[in-house]
Amino acid sequence: MTEKEMQIQQRQEVRQAGEPTKPEKQYVPAVDIFETAEAVNVLAEMPGVAKEGVEIELENETLTIRGVMAPCTCEGEAVLLQEFEPGHYLRKFTVAETIDQEKIQATMADGVLTLVLPKVAPAKPRRIEVRGI
Amino acid sequence: MAIVRFADQKLFRNPWADFERMRRELDALFQGTGGEPGRRAGGTVFPALNISEDSGHIYVRAEIPGVPASEVDISIEGDTLAIRGERKTCTADEKHSYHRRELECGRFSRAVTLPTKVQVDKVEAKASNGIVTITLPKAEAVLPRQVKVNVG
Repeated sequence: MTEKEMQIQQRQEVRQAGEPTKPEKQYVPAVDIFETAEAVNVLAEMPGVAKEGVEIELENETLTIRGVMAPCTCEGEAVLLQEFEPGHYLRKFTVAETIDQEKIQATMADGVLTLVLPKVAPAKPRRIEVRGI
Repeated sequence: MAIVRFADQKLFRNPWADFERMRRELDALFQGTGGEPGRRAGGTVFPALNISEDSGHIYVRAEIPGVPASEVDISIEGDTLAIRGERKTCTADEKHSYHRRELECGRFSRAVTLPTKVQVDKVEAKASNGIVTITLPKAEAVLPRQVKVNVG
């Protein structure tokens, strides 16, 4: 395990053609994506988003991850230090592999979304044996 | 609430007072700019903190996604609050082929000096969706107190 001190990652706001009408921020969540023989796995960091606020869509090879933050319970408090601003999350990916849409699994724990996108069977590497007659 | 202290009040009318005030305000305007608005200097150590207060409590919110609540170590020493832990989201399995690696992992520790004394035994911490909220009740001595005016 690395011994270095962790740093805060500067979050980027979503840049899109149409501006949202509400003055709420939309961030690009940081992700880890790794591929195994059976599936594509996506880990997305979305602190402040509850399980109910996550929307995942896969349409025409475009995977959309959207996280709607839970409302803040900080009414009537005077701010002394602000290093992060709550906001929604949005990120889109183009998934090249053929994904079995029915078997997509998503779990949300401690503000991190784990997505497992299983590949459709034919895309799995298959060894074809050559038989002699 | 604006607090006016005795020292802030002018005893005599200084003819340059308005210019000095303008200079102070311009200084304040240019201080702390650069970089993103809303971000304060020194905010590079993980985790990012939001600190706020109301009349009876101080609230510290830390953004620690990917760390189970049981593995966040919070301690108070005097008027210093320390948050420590380790994030283990990186699966050190090299068999996977990574397309993207943006999540950081490793140890983190951060300490902040609290603005007032707190009741150490009544501090509560709650984790939800990757944000840990620490509620620190202010010490009796610093709580606002009503002073009754006696009619004599």
